[in-house]
Amino acid sequence: MRRQGSLLPLFILLSGLGIWEAAVQIYQVPHYILPAPSAIAVTLVQKRGSLGHHTLVTLQEMLLGFGLATTVGITLAVLMFEIPVLERAVYPYVIGSQTVPVFAIAPLLVLWLGYGIMSKVLMAATIVFFPIVLNTLDGLKAADADTVSLLRVMRASRWQVLWKVQFPSALPFILSGAKIGISISTIGAVIGEWVGAKAGLGRLMLDANSQLQVSLVFAAIICLTVMGLGLFGLMTLIERWLTPWRHLNHHNV
Amino acid sequence: MRLQIQDLTKSFRRGASALDVLAGIHLEAAPGEFVSVLGPSGCGKSTLFNLIVGLQQPDAGRIQVDGLSIDGNTRAFAYMQQKDLLLPWRTVLGNVLLGPEIEKRPRAESRDEAIQLLDQLGLKGFERSYPAQLSGGMRQRAALVRTLLLKKDILLLDEPFGALDAMTRAVMQSILIDIWQQWRQTILLITHDVDEALLFSDRIYVLTARPATVKEEVAVPLPRPRSITDMALIQLKSQLLETLQTEMLHGFE
Repeated sequence: MRRQGSLLPLFILLSGLGIWEAAVQIYQVPHYILPAPSAIAVTLVQKRGSLGHHTLVTLQEMLLGFGLATTVGITLAVLMFEIPVLERAVYPYVIGSQTVPVFAIAPLLVLWLGYGIMSKVLMAATIVFFPIVLNTLDGLKAADADTVSLLRVMRASRWQVLWKVQFPSALPFILSGAKIGISISTIGAVIGEWVGAKAGLGRLMLDANSQLQVSLVFAAIICLTVMGLGLFGLMTLIERWLTPWRHLNHHNV
Repeated sequence: MRLQIQDLTKSFRRGASALDVLAGIHLEAAPGEFVSVLGPSGCGKSTLFNLIVGLQQPDAGRIQVDGLSIDGNTRAFAYMQQKDLLLPWRTVLGNVLLGPEIEKRPRAESRDEAIQLLDQLGLKGFERSYPAQLSGGMRQRAALVRTLLLKKDILLLDEPFGALDAMTRAVMQSILIDIWQQWRQTILLITHDVDEALLFSDRIYVLTARPATVKEEVAVPLPRPRSITDMALIQLKSQLLETLQTEMLHGFE
């Protein structure tokens, strides 16, 4: 059953590609409108050096942005949790930060931080920040009240309650926020690159598009997708490693 | 240690009206005495414990340990509830070491004590298991080890075996009585199980329906181990049940 389950998506992919290939060949679609999958594959191989270089740039932006957002996001959420006044003061702005479209601030960040990597890192961070803060805060609040009381009776300090109960119970929430965050960090990085960058997959796509090298655009999209899937997979592994108690074989005694 | 409670009163505000929960409770437990508090459900037994351990503040009355008022100072008590409150991300050993860890006692020493107690309570070989891998009875035994490792002179047990099936409860009760005969803590047991109270207690306080006061104080001057088929015990039981039933009916009015 499990084998069938993993083969099914592959089957859909292959039949989709087959139909696509056939359609392009039969209707003689020009390559600058829609290249055939085989042409994209050829581009992937031919331009692997350039694609690899730009992929690494984008990956770096995403990872740095993600790291920045999780560090700042978790810290802010813990502070908001511990200091209710701070939560009341800051919460509307955290929500507000999500309602401002990244597209709108991208030109500003490029204006302020230039064409280098920093503006893209900040773009990615802005997008990742929101699910991290919100999930961390929700997770901290979801800690079992009776367990917290038990620790109070044991005369645990506030810091001990946070570290031994509230933070561990928030961890699954934080990690699912991180899974969302890492997947959407591409959006920030690529949009940043569109607005202005020296390198990166977004920049490559923009150049290829203007030169009607549509197969290269597709090749870049494939690189983005594979990278996103890889990072999501990596986060899932990290999640399993950090929260082993959630993945037990329930051998009830 | 001697626990004395005088004229303890507590009500909760519910909008404009007030809900009187405790209306002047008097009770006392001598050093090493096993005392039970028996009352109809919803009579405020758990509120009584929350006041003793300082999670809530009384409106009036005094709680004294060895003649000294405690005012929310919970240093003398270990508290155990019906819910085991084990931390799912810690192994059994990690869970029972929570108290020593909070008090920053030397780890190696506490560890040896923990392993010995786990062995004594039949949890040998489960030190590295997670709570989710244990049965309800085993979890509650782990919770008892955690409570004992706090090494307090007064144990407050709030229906600790209420959620267990009859067989497991009987095993847990005999474990508890063994431990008590070995360590001789002062025990205050909240229960609605008349048999449980009669089998173990030196004295039993019967509470009235809400707002709770002490309706009756019953001494159980019988030698241990006791049996529920003992004539003297059966007599006490019918007396207690009668009192309780009257109070239950009051509670429904």
